[in-house]
Amino acid sequence: MTSELQRERLAYKRSRSRRSTLVALLSTAVFAVAVGVTVSRAPGWPRVRQSFFNVEIAWRSLPAVLEGLWLNLRVLAVCGALILVLALVVATLRTLRGPVWFPLRVLATAYVDLFRGLPLIILLYLIGFGLPALRLTGVPNDFVVLGGAALVLAYTAYVAEVFRAGIESVHPSQVAAARSLGLGPRKTLRLVVLPQAVRRVMPALLNDFVALQKDCGLISVLGAVDAVRAAQIEHARAFNFTPYVVAGLLFVLLAVPTARFADALARRARRRQGGR
Amino acid sequence: MRAPGLILAVTAAVLAVACAPADQTAPPTNQVDGVTCTKDKLPTLTPGKITFGTDQPVYEPWFVDDDPANGKGFESAIAYALAEELGYAKTDVVWTRVPFNAAIQPGKKTYDMDLNEFSITEERRQAVDFSAPYYDVDQAVITLKSSKAASVKTLAELKQVKIGAQVGTTSFDAAERLQPEQDVAVYNTNDDGKAALRAGQIDALVVDLPTAFYITSAELEDGLIIGQVPAGDGKPEQFGVVLDKGSPLTACVSTAVENLRADGTLGRIEQEWLSSAGTAPELK
Repeated sequence: MTSELQRERLAYKRSRSRRSTLVALLSTAVFAVAVGVTVSRAPGWPRVRQSFFNVEIAWRSLPAVLEGLWLNLRVLAVCGALILVLALVVATLRTLRGPVWFPLRVLATAYVDLFRGLPLIILLYLIGFGLPALRLTGVPNDFVVLGGAALVLAYTAYVAEVFRAGIESVHPSQVAAARSLGLGPRKTLRLVVLPQAVRRVMPALLNDFVALQKDCGLISVLGAVDAVRAAQIEHARAFNFTPYVVAGLLFVLLAVPTARFADALARRARRRQGGR
Repeated sequence: MRAPGLILAVTAAVLAVACAPADQTAPPTNQVDGVTCTKDKLPTLTPGKITFGTDQPVYEPWFVDDDPANGKGFESAIAYALAEELGYAKTDVVWTRVPFNAAIQPGKKTYDMDLNEFSITEERRQAVDFSAPYYDVDQAVITLKSSKAASVKTLAELKQVKIGAQVGTTSFDAAERLQPEQDVAVYNTNDDGKAALRAGQIDALVVDLPTAFYITSAELEDGLIIGQVPAGDGKPEQFGVVLDKGSPLTACVSTAVENLRADGTLGRIEQEWLSSAGTAPELK
């Protein structure tokens, strides 16, 4: 049963929210018009429009760019899954306690230090052109596979650090409580520490996921044609930058679902913690 | 509309050559498209100086030792010949390094003209100005003696091997036109293409003919030219100097190129730097 007063309160709240929506709409419109006028009145605008926003060239380059994007997505799916699993393993190795694990800890630390510091392009060259040049039997010689391996090596190091931060942020009392309930060290890690850790670092993980989305294209230095490379090819044909804009927009569209997913997760976390 | 300008330029060139005394040093005040092509009148970036752009690194046989200012290499020699033809001394020539993308962006340019093996196409004319062509180029395909592509003799056989090319080049377009069975692998530079060739990731690399001769003679120990690949639409492909779209210098530079062609300078420079570029068998 809502009281008269509460109904009034709700009505007032609704009217305020309607008003704020209207103000937001108006200010956005004013801003857009101001930007539009400034840009279109600029002396170089006709040439910029011709070079960057050429509808005809955009339409012509779309199929090639989309085909390239399909490669990006396949690489992203496979590498993303591998990175998650491997990074969790590396992070766990780095947080193992006890002297017996010392060599593993050192190895994991050395790996993270090396591959986090190495620029990705250099790593791609080393793995993509260096490894097959050794002519070892059994080493794959497909540039997509080799490029993917380099991406996995680099990003596993990043993501392992994110996981480690999560693991170390779980309060020691949680471990103590789990152990006092009779859980062994492995079960404690699996059932108590990791779930909390992963939940905590979700935003950082999604951030790395978006970065990976864009970096997948770097395998093009090894010869594969991804979305950006396809755009580059079209760009060189006509000396026109529009295909890059097309590829850029597609990448932004790709990143949007990830961002919304991250927001939804954050909202759920807030609800769980009793906020609003 | 470039055609009237070109006709004017060519006419002016022919006239200039026809009426020129044999031992003239500076060209007479020749007006092209209302611009006087003399050092004191040319609206260059820095008055009295002429600024050439080119990428970094640059490769033989076009430039030598990645130093465009030494006058060595085909395009460096062309640049200095053009400067001289326009009345600039060697000391008036300034070089600036301009990456490919920066060379063709629509904004203000950092160079007066750019020489970088730019092939002239109608489509590209919408974004930049080209001078008259200074070199007719052929595309060729190279491989290693140890590669399975070494035995290729026909275009049909060439289609069956894995082909690579440098991104954004007409070599890549030529590779695509072959319609090979496997996708053409694309590399940032011919250096990467060579690395992929050595690593066995591709069987053959498409490059322009002078580059093909250079790579197979000086860079790859067991390099081999398979042969020339046919041009796009039966027309020879040509290199031109790139200038800003609508640049006031274009007509003067085109006239200078035509003058150099008429007096044999272009041929001489080509002989000097690209003479090794004989001919490779034309693949059928």
